[in-house]
Formats: sequence, C-alpha cells, structure tokens
Amino acid sequence: MICQECNQRPATLHFTKIVNAEKAEYHLCEKCAQEKGDMFMLSGPAGFSINNLLAGLLNMDPTVQKKEQDTFQEEKVLQCDQCSMTFQQFIKIGRFGCAHCYKAFEEQLKPIIRRLHSGNSSHIGKIPARIGGSLHLKKNIEELKYQLKDSISKEEFERAAEIRDEIRLLESQLNTNLGGGK
Amino acid sequence: MSLERFINQAVSSWMSAEGPDSDIILSSRIRLARNISQFKFPILFSNDEAKSVIHKIKERVDDTSFTRLGNMELLLMDELQPLQKRVLMEKHLISPYLAENSSYGACLLSENEELSIMINEEDHIRIQCLFPGFQLLEALEVANEIDDWLEEKVDYAFDENIGYLTSCPTNVGTGLRASVMMHLPGLVLTQQINRIIPAINQLGLVVRGIYGEGSEALGNIFQVSNQLTLGKSEIDIVEDLKSVVSQLISQERSAREALEKTSNIQLEDRVFRSFGILSNSRIIESKEAARCLSDVRLGIDMGYLSNISKNILNELMILTQPGFLQQYAGGPLRPHERDIRRASLIRERLKMENQ
Repeated sequence: MICQECNQRPATLHFTKIVNAEKAEYHLCEKCAQEKGDMFMLSGPAGFSINNLLAGLLNMDPTVQKKEQDTFQEEKVLQCDQCSMTFQQFIKIGRFGCAHCYKAFEEQLKPIIRRLHSGNSSHIGKIPARIGGSLHLKKNIEELKYQLKDSISKEEFERAAEIRDEIRLLESQLNTNLGGGK
Repeated sequence: MSLERFINQAVSSWMSAEGPDSDIILSSRIRLARNISQFKFPILFSNDEAKSVIHKIKERVDDTSFTRLGNMELLLMDELQPLQKRVLMEKHLISPYLAENSSYGACLLSENEELSIMINEEDHIRIQCLFPGFQLLEALEVANEIDDWLEEKVDYAFDENIGYLTSCPTNVGTGLRASVMMHLPGLVLTQQINRIIPAINQLGLVVRGIYGEGSEALGNIFQVSNQLTLGKSEIDIVEDLKSVVSQLISQERSAREALEKTSNIQLEDRVFRSFGILSNSRIIESKEAARCLSDVRLGIDMGYLSNISKNILNELMILTQPGFLQQYAGGPLRPHERDIRRASLIRERLKMENQ
C-alpha cells in the first residue's frame, strides 16, 4: 500500500480516527505521519489542553528524537540533578520540575524555546534589581553600544562621543564590581 | 440580601466603565509569572515547600505592606467553599487551575480587587493587575512595582540569558502576559471579525472569546493577548499589543458608524428587542443573555438608549454566571433554576436604573 499523503513511499502506519461516530482511515508513511502529527494529538482524549499541544510540539522535534535515541544507546537518561525530572517526563507534560531543569536540558531546549518564541532565544527585558547585580550594567552597555552604532550611522558624531564616554564609565564600573566580587 | 447590596459587594473596580476607551475596552490585564529559586516548581514540590512559599510571601506582606493598594487579604484555597472559589474565578481574580488543581494554592487580594497575587498556581507567584478600560501601561507599572517590592525579599529564579524561569517554557523570559477584553459587536455584525482574527494571529498575538466554548465569543467579548514572552522587552510587548488594539478600536468605531448609516432602523430595532427581552423575560439562558446584553450595551454606546449605565454589560456578564447566581440565591441551583434566577436578576438590575 502506498502512502495516501505523498503517494510515493509505502504506507507503514495505519490508523482509524473516529470523530462523532464518523470513521476515517489513514494510511501514511513514517515521514508524512510525522508531519501530520497534530492529527493524532487533536483526536486525543477530552482533557485536551495547551499541555498536550506543547507536548506534541516537543515530541515532533527531530533533534529531540535523535537525542533520545543517543541517550538510550549510552543507557544514560537525561535527568535534572536537582528535582530528578527526566527529559522524557518534561516532554510528556510540557512543564519543568524546577528552575535548574533549564540548565540540565539546556542543549535539548534551545530549538524548542526558539520555536515557541518565534526564533528568539535570549531575554532582553526586565532584570531583578537585587540578584541582577552587574547584569544591569552589562545590559546598559549593550544598549548604549547599539545607540552608538545608530548615531554613527546617522552621522551624529557629537552624540556618539557622549555615548562612547558613557560606555567607558560603565565598563570601568563593571570592572571594579567584578574585581570586588573576587 | 437586597440586589443593590449584593452588587455593591460583588463588583470589582475593573468592572466599572470608567477607564479610557471604555466604550470598547472593558478591561486591561497584566500578568507576571515568577518563581522562587530555592523551591521546586509547583508540579513537583513537596507539601513543606508549598507551605514555605506561602509563608515567604505572607512574611513579605506582614513585614512592609504594599500601601498603594490598601490592605491585602490572604485567601487559602483549602479554606474556601467551592462556591466562593467559583465566584473569584468568574471575576477573573483567580484561575480555574488555582481553584481546582493547585496544592496549597492561595491568593493575595487587594481591597479594590485590582491586584491579585496567585500563589502556588502553575508558578509559585503570579502577579495580576486588572484595570478598567484601556490602561495597559498603567497596569504594567503597578505590576512592576509589586514585582520589585516582592523581589526585595524573595530570591527569584532568573537566568542571565533566558530571563525569568517559569514552569512552562511558553512563559519564560519576561513571564509577561498582557491582555485586553474588548467588546466588538460592530466587527461581528459586519462580519469583519473573521478576517481580522487570522491577521492578528500572524502578528504574534492571540484573539479568543473569553466567555463561551471553542471559537464562539459570547457577548461579542474578545480577549487579545501577546503570545511571545521571550526576546522582547516588557514595554515593547505592551506597546505592540497597544498599537494593534488601537487599530481594532478604530475599526470597531468605523464599523459602528457604517452600521448606523446603512442599517440604522434595523440596528435600533435589534437594540430595543434585546432590551425588551432582558426587561421582561422570566427564563433566560446565558447565551441569550450575553447576546442581548451586548446589543443593549451597543445601544447605549450609540445613543439609542439613554438613562442606563454603561456598566451593565460588564456587571451582568459577570453576575449572571452560575457561581454568582448561586451565591445570590444562597444555595445550589440546577441549570433550569439558574435560567429563572438569571432572568429575575437582570430584570431587577434594570429596574434599579429607572429609579
């Protein structure tokens, strides 16, 4: 039997979907089945929620699947050493067990986070005042460097010189801060 | 209890129709998700950790209270009756998840109910500011102040690269969800809404009906919110939402103008029929009530109806939900009894207008 989606590869997955007593049969090859993954999800049980959608999204990630195979071969389960949540569990429920999970699964998470947030992978918003510490300075410097570029491109050189001095001031502050921390 | 007293006790300040652009925007909401670094997230934490989270926040409140919003009251979900929780939920002060599924869930509520801090929901802390009308930046400012005030004593889970760490990766970064509740009868009547919703979705925003199930929006009330929480600053997220919402407002206004020009008498008829149903019916389902309330509110905004306060839609959409009806009745009601109760509550409320 040939896959009904691509009409090229042989169908290896066969399943029946029943919605409101209407029966539909699908014969797909592995590749098309992966692409149609949402169909499996959307016909799931009544408690369907964003978690399921998210879990579906995570499961469909080819890099995730590859990683899982690798870890199985090494007989090593990827697990957060603080809360013992495994990466498998995370994929299933779409929720982390603790803040450390982000570090523990860092590599595997990168493509997922990027996909969830339209390609963005780094935070450029608020920084907590107390624990943020020197991060505030760093972010300020980054922002100023951006402004510097902008004013140079607009040929506002006086303004650029002011910004440059400001950056130097902040950088020296940052250095003393870091020095003090040692 | 008299209806007037019941309503006075039940109505939160965000339900008043006194904010900017309140002919179209019912309310603006800002939510910040935060976690405490030393504890596991609520899906995995132990009972002791759960209690410590509440304790930490209670300590912070007792230490120096956040004076700007008056007294804060701590409500423990385990100590509330199911009906009390349902009422808080119907007022959008707590989430269904906090009411039903959380362990050691709690909520810190300000007196005017503009601020609620949910504790041990999906994240340890969820700061929520709910303002009447179009006041996103104002709500963000207050939410930020509360956030700073908490952070003075509470160690947040935060990462240099990826921002505030949340239980669900869809909230990571700013942890910010900004949303507005809009009344868009003009865009629905002119059938423009079906064209507009997909366009808005493409901009990284989400539009959905907040009452009713699936894609239908009861009472023509829609919620527009941001989807991305990472890679944009809080101000940018809010400004982007604001600019799209501003366009929606002007589209809604021109749809109303067009309706007035092309089908004035039909519209007037619709408004007065709905007013007639609300003032006279003895049994009314929530769907019909929502539709009529939307028509009446449109009639008020467009000047067909006078001497009726604009709050009527905001207030009655909330007060005619099952939880409130049962609270007003003082006991559980079957669906059929609710429909009778709903009709009588609406009739009485409209009579108060004529006094």
